[in-house]
Amino acid sequence: MAFFLEVLIGGLMAGVMYSLVALGFVLIFKASGVFNFAQGAMVLFAALFFVGFIELGLSVWLALPLTVLVMVALAWAVERLVLRHLVNQEGIILFMATIGVSYFLDGFGQSIWGSNVRQLDIGLPTDPIFLMDGDILIQAFDLWAALVAGSLLVALVLFQRTSVGRALRAVADDHQAAQSVGIPLNTIWIIVWSIAGLVALVAGVMWGSKLGVQPAIVSLALKALPVLILGGFTSIPGAIIGGLIIGAGEKLAEIYIGPFFGGGIENWFAYVLALGFLLIRPQGLFGERIIERV
Amino acid sequence: MTATAKKLGDVMLRVENISLSFGGVKALTDISFDIREHEILAIIGPNGAGKSSMLNCINGFYHPQQGSITFRGQTRSRMKPHEAASQGIARTFQNIALFKGMSTLDNIMSGRMLKMHSGIIASAFYKGPAEREQIAHRAFCEKIIDFLEIEAIRKIPVGRLPYGLQKRVELGRALAAEPTLLLLDEPMAGMNLEEKQDMCRFILDVNDEFGTTICLIEHDMGVVMDISDRVVVLDYGRKIGDGPPDEVKHNQEVIDAYLGVQH
Repeated sequence: MAFFLEVLIGGLMAGVMYSLVALGFVLIFKASGVFNFAQGAMVLFAALFFVGFIELGLSVWLALPLTVLVMVALAWAVERLVLRHLVNQEGIILFMATIGVSYFLDGFGQSIWGSNVRQLDIGLPTDPIFLMDGDILIQAFDLWAALVAGSLLVALVLFQRTSVGRALRAVADDHQAAQSVGIPLNTIWIIVWSIAGLVALVAGVMWGSKLGVQPAIVSLALKALPVLILGGFTSIPGAIIGGLIIGAGEKLAEIYIGPFFGGGIENWFAYVLALGFLLIRPQGLFGERIIERV
Repeated sequence: MTATAKKLGDVMLRVENISLSFGGVKALTDISFDIREHEILAIIGPNGAGKSSMLNCINGFYHPQQGSITFRGQTRSRMKPHEAASQGIARTFQNIALFKGMSTLDNIMSGRMLKMHSGIIASAFYKGPAEREQIAHRAFCEKIIDFLEIEAIRKIPVGRLPYGLQKRVELGRALAAEPTLLLLDEPMAGMNLEEKQDMCRFILDVNDEFGTTICLIEHDMGVVMDISDRVVVLDYGRKIGDGPPDEVKHNQEVIDAYLGVQH
């Protein structure tokens, strides 16, 4: 029993880390109906600048706002150079553009800061915590990650209720209509990409502290895909719950089903789960119902 | 209601020598006309005459290469759609542009976006002034819902509504902005007779009760001649007629281009 709980908790904690990445996708998808392929690259980009600033001798509390500025500048540049020219275009065209942005960020970040794996230590405790008389082991770091993800969730849900949040929803639904009720499209895009940039920064710092800042972080974005399919592309709580299910699911599957396949199923189990979900509930657990009138 | 019974005000919007082309295709050539306060102006013409392009110029989706548009004394250059909205120009679209996932009420509330002023923190927690402001906006939207007789579909996502009702919701959203100038792009397209009559009634009531100036595009000549105070006729991007419905009806050039011979 204790072993089961330990695996479960370990899985949930890993899921929280997936959720952090998935949140960024949801934000941009909700606000522009676009799957932002560049989210993974943005996570690496933010982490590289953050760790880079620290290595230059800045304190964490100076590096953080500086990196925030970098991410806002990035959002501005993306709007100015890419999105502005693609107003009223199909979602697939915007998606292609984000693939371009992704490769650019990946290369640009590394050409400034290099591609070595870097240590990132922001002073979060890493001691193990024992529960139930030492039967269950939890990493203190994972608890912090869960706390960070939780606060991020609350902040984003509250943000949704503001008029800016409502404007984001409107823009996602119909560009033309949004413009005609007086929503400045360009400003909204800068806002949403900035927020996605900040979420990427948080994810980058957490992942960077766990694994070190390295280009492999970009491919983590792929793990967000099954999370999104499960939780729904348009739901912020869905990204969190989806992450938890994927995280716990793959760890439990590895331990309890894995032996039948000779192990190593952790890497693909999430995708199979997502595939099954697509067949039953294509909009995800919490996604908006897809309404089509013929 | 006839044109003579109503007192028309001063010029609200003046279009002067507008020319618009896309690449080599000329959509509008040297068009000038006025929209007067409190009137209902209809723009008619065959398909492809440039009617929608004209509306798109007025609310800033398109920027004409030549000519000027003066709205309430302000001549503008390259105005964006959201700026037009904040000046009091609201519109509906030929192929309905609603927020399909949102309910009727939310769609209409979105029309009041520019009227909401409470700060981001206050509205996040929905407290104090933010709450009072929301309630006031909601009350206003309920009035529009009553006015358009769409109480029953308040909570239904608009994507699920039939076409005629969607058109009505779109009108509601435009009205929620309390516009001074309302642009309607084919408000009655695809409607049956009864729905058209309802829509006519709403348009006339809006014009009458709120004093809103309306500029509409419509193909149903019966409707146009009935409800409009003045008619502007476009053909191949040029203006070929401008005046009260009766005058336009007997304009030979208009008959040749659009109305056809009356039997």
